Amino acid sequence: MTTEAQRPVPAPDDESAPFFDGAARGVLMLQRCRDCSAFHWPVCEVCTECLRDDLEWVEASGRGTVHTFGVMHRVYHPALAKDVPYNLAVVELDEGPRVSAAMVGVSNEKIRVGMPVQVAFEEMAPGVFAPKFKPR
Amino acid sequence: MAYSASFNPSGGGAIAGLGMTAMTRDYTKSASGLAAEAIRLAIEDAGLTKDDVDGLLINAGVTQGVSLGLQPTLGFRNLKLVNHMNAAGSTAGQMVQFASLAVQAGLATTVACVFADAPLRPGVSAGAAYGGAANRPRGMASLAPAYGFFGAANTMYALAARRHMALYGTTQDQLGAVAVSTRAWATMNPAAMQREPMTLEDYHNSRWIVEPFHLFDCTLVTNGAIAVIVTSAERARDLKQPPVYVIGMGQGHPGNPRRAGYENEVNTGAITARDTAFGMAGVGVGDVDVRELYDCYTYTTMVTLEDYGFCRKGEGGAFVADGRLGPGGSHPTNTGGGQLSGYYMWGMTPVSEAVIQTRGQGGERQVPQHDVVLVSTQGGILDHHATLILSPDPAAGTAKGSR
Ligand SMILES: [Zn+2]
Repeated sequence: MTTEAQRPVPAPDDESAPFFDGAARGVLMLQRCRDCSAFHWPVCEVCTECLRDDLEWVEASGRGTVHTFGVMHRVYHPALAKDVPYNLAVVELDEGPRVSAAMVGVSNEKIRVGMPVQVAFEEMAPGVFAPKFKPR
Repeated sequence: MAYSASFNPSGGGAIAGLGMTAMTRDYTKSASGLAAEAIRLAIEDAGLTKDDVDGLLINAGVTQGVSLGLQPTLGFRNLKLVNHMNAAGSTAGQMVQFASLAVQAGLATTVACVFADAPLRPGVSAGAAYGGAANRPRGMASLAPAYGFFGAANTMYALAARRHMALYGTTQDQLGAVAVSTRAWATMNPAAMQREPMTLEDYHNSRWIVEPFHLFDCTLVTNGAIAVIVTSAERARDLKQPPVYVIGMGQGHPGNPRRAGYENEVNTGAITARDTAFGMAGVGVGDVDVRELYDCYTYTTMVTLEDYGFCRKGEGGAFVADGRLGPGGSHPTNTGGGQLSGYYMWGMTPVSEAVIQTRGQGGERQVPQHDVVLVSTQGGILDHHATLILSPDPAAGTAKGSR
């Protein structure tokens, strides 16, 4: 008997807890620098724009545009064999940071650079949600 | 030009020796064993002995199979210069740069620079070696594998190419043209791993890896090692091989600014590195006879050509489409088959072929005019860039007239 390969799932830790707690409530959380107001993704210790370290978690709009995307055909992880071809996308959030994620609610052939999108959370493990994006 | 220091290129460094192991998908020995072989071959090539070497610069590949421990492993004693350098794929160019500066400053006289890696072992595929499926990150970093972001470099370069296609109308055929012209060179290089001729149809028929990349858009993971010996220009003249003078060098590191306002997918560090390197060399982009560009992917060649100014930003697709990069073309590029069809020794791929071409030892594939040879080494996802300008003539810049 073979054991089925386990799908990689998000694994929240202390640092990322505000993000994953927000995702579970259906809210996209981002860090913002209290000094220069720059938004950040993913979690950072210092602000890349001013080097200060006074960062707060705030609710983001969840809106953005597709900056670029690809369609994966190669099976790098055995648990994803039944998913190929699947899409991967980089979304530029209205707040500025670019997020690596995936698109839902649209076929791979219809994804376009510049497409306006809205966050859509998906439960990827019991109680663990992650942001994907759908056309808006 | 931005460059304005007092460095005298003709009094600088030169590459006096080149050593290459077999380039193979087979596991023959460890990265240290490969490094030893490449360094021994480079020393012999230069007509030197092991005791002449007083500097060692080390660049490990994806498996980190070599490190500072290489010095005692190879029995190098009483060296004047040692470092284990890491700026990803740009390291090879940087090793030659730092070695040239060191010999010019008198820190050392004879510096061996080596890259070695053996990622392919029995039971370990190229995808497993470079794909990252074995990692289990936590926190925000755990999101990428959950979305299926594997095959790190393949995926991120494919997404970069997609951005270029969307902004500038670059086509799949144009990416394919790079694969085809590079393969045409490889058919003439006995060291290349893929020497079967390739047509554009073959390119389109190769399987998708991650769209917009087919298999033939991607480099070939390779076991092997390459070493060069850097010494002073003056000393190189008395050694066995035709000297390869380092007449220009530069670096550019855009810093991975993945946020609004930056087009990091379609701009490389070559934009910064080129001004320093060409300014130092006293030559212009129009003087370049041969281009050896880091080509982990077809797209890398195209975007690098744009950033050195061989064509305008966004016009790389049309520029490469007519086959001008191939044998007999107006812009010979990656004349040994590059990383796409030759061998993937990170930055040592372009460095090694540039040494061969500058010496005039390319045999069937030798480019007749090789007074100015451009080398680009590229790391991360277009994050790090190091440029070398090589010449068989230490005064090539003076001869061409400063521009
Ligand atoms: Zn700030």
